Amino acid sequence: MIAAEGGDWALGAWEWVVRVTEWGTANWSYPGEPDRGIRPLVLEHMRLSYLSILIGLVIALPLGLACARWRPLYPPVLTGVNVLYSIPSIALFFLILPYTGFSDWTAIVPLSLYTLVILLPNVVDGLRQVPDHVRQAAVAMGFSPLRRLVAVETPVAVPVIIAGLRVASVATISMVSVASLVGLGGLGQLILSEGFRRQFDAPIVVGIVLVVLLAFVTDALLVLAQYLLTPWARGDGRRGRPRRGRTAATGTPTAAVPPAPEQRTAGER
Amino acid sequence: MPPGNTTRPPNGDDPAMITFEGAAKVYPDGTVAVAGLDLTVETAKTTVFVGPSGSGKTTSLRMINRMVEPTGGTVRIDGADIREQDPSRLRRSIGYVIQQAGLFPHRTVLDNIATVPLLLGWRRGKARARAAELMELVGLEPAQAKRYPHQLSGGQQQRVGVARALAADPPILLMDEPFSAVDPIVRTSLQDELIRLQRELNKTIVFVTHDIDEAVRLGDRIAVFRPGGELAQYDTPERLLAEPVDGFVESFIGYDRGVRRLSFFPASALSLREDVVFDDEDRVERALTTVGDGGEPWALVVDGDRLPMGWVSAAQLLREPTGVPLGTLELAPYGHTFDVGTDSLRAALDAAVLSPAGRAVGVDDEGRVVGVVSQEDLGAALWSVAE
Repeated sequence: MIAAEGGDWALGAWEWVVRVTEWGTANWSYPGEPDRGIRPLVLEHMRLSYLSILIGLVIALPLGLACARWRPLYPPVLTGVNVLYSIPSIALFFLILPYTGFSDWTAIVPLSLYTLVILLPNVVDGLRQVPDHVRQAAVAMGFSPLRRLVAVETPVAVPVIIAGLRVASVATISMVSVASLVGLGGLGQLILSEGFRRQFDAPIVVGIVLVVLLAFVTDALLVLAQYLLTPWARGDGRRGRPRRGRTAATGTPTAAVPPAPEQRTAGER
Repeated sequence: MPPGNTTRPPNGDDPAMITFEGAAKVYPDGTVAVAGLDLTVETAKTTVFVGPSGSGKTTSLRMINRMVEPTGGTVRIDGADIREQDPSRLRRSIGYVIQQAGLFPHRTVLDNIATVPLLLGWRRGKARARAAELMELVGLEPAQAKRYPHQLSGGQQQRVGVARALAADPPILLMDEPFSAVDPIVRTSLQDELIRLQRELNKTIVFVTHDIDEAVRLGDRIAVFRPGGELAQYDTPERLLAEPVDGFVESFIGYDRGVRRLSFFPASALSLREDVVFDDEDRVERALTTVGDGGEPWALVVDGDRLPMGWVSAAQLLREPTGVPLGTLELAPYGHTFDVGTDSLRAALDAAVLSPAGRAVGVDDEGRVVGVVSQEDLGAALWSVAE
């Protein structure tokens, strides 16, 4: 009996998955009607979230550079960004609706402002964690302040900046859905108008799965970007052994240390 | 004086290259970092600024490339006031080596070294070719060119730091406690390397350290700074050790300055005994002609190439049956050796103190035994220095 009931449950779940998947594939796109279906919603979701993140980064970089250069600027700017973040997103969407209308900007402007709360501190912290001896060496080599910022400090800050981008992008991709309340929001519309208003679970599930998938793929792309952008930070165990110094410190010449001078000195003095 | 001091007058009559004229640094809160420094750094020599922390030695060094702007007085390079030059351009013409190397973590070893040439607008290919030359000069393997700084040991990183500072062939090299973050063994090898490089390149080097031993090893002239940013004494290392001007300098140099002074006397003045050195094929009775029955307490056994093997005592020789080759006996370790051609009395004394036989083994530049110095001979040599 129990086994049969379990079987019934599994069968029900399976039928549900099939039903949802069928709904998803059936509504993916309509030939001849490019604005209908799930595909355009996915594209809209990507457009809104990627543009918001990109604009956020474009604002956060110079702002962060400025805050790292003129330190007194940072506390008030950070407070401002935090206050902006505390405004509920729905309120902000409706607030700027009169100015931007039903264009993409209604979603993009608030969302890019929200990314700042993550991106700005990461840019500033990234620049601040550049070791002092590296910064001073750059000054002593004759880098002008601007060139030092662009050619030395920013590249060294890249891992921290990308770490911020990963958090910001996942948060933004999730938050885009809320913009469906003002008629935007990509996959959010699938959840709100198709699913919630019609009391129909398939669109809600498809919407959630696609949002999670998009966030996952975006994150993977950022990880890949970091791998390609920062070959110097890769900790592959074969070559990247920062412990080398310790090995040499014990007086055991490793293959990489030119052994002759060290050994001779060790023996003779 | 080491042979690295042959001067190369750049403009004919050997001008003083860096001059401090009453250079001072007082911070807005009233802290005096440097109190009116008057000092001339000579061309193509190594001048060491040494002193305890807070004595203004690093601040004085950084005045030279305008990383610190003096609040009073003037710093001149070849007679020209450095304030007349744009700081970035001035710095590109002065090499700088910093503690912990300060390498750019995101650039390969080769590109780190090529930094200043690239800033000066060289083509990338030319800058990298120059960087490769410098890697060889400072003793780095070509295979390390593509590595990143974190993949190198501390000593290797500092070699890259020195190469980077020399890349654009600047006449002046500033070194700010460059070797203080590495362990003593690597530090000694980096110091040797710097002495060798300076012999080859004849740069005007200003070297900051808090280690008086390092100062004495590297410096042609030493400037001792006292807390409060005052120059206490500016002299050759030899005179500094022989005649410290006051109690501060004397205590800073340390109470073993007499032993340190031995660094300036060559070991080649010692008389070496060869009659206590025996081949490993020699028999016990052969050694007993001078050792034991002959009066000497220790014999040194060497192999066929005259490389040292170890000591054997007279007491042990007397116990052994005749006919036994010395090489088969149990030998006491020979400890340190000293190089008869290049080492100082200090190294010979050190070798004697650390030897189980109380005798120093003198070797040639290939490590072959030249002879042995007895304590009596060493003592005689030390007394002649004192007189």
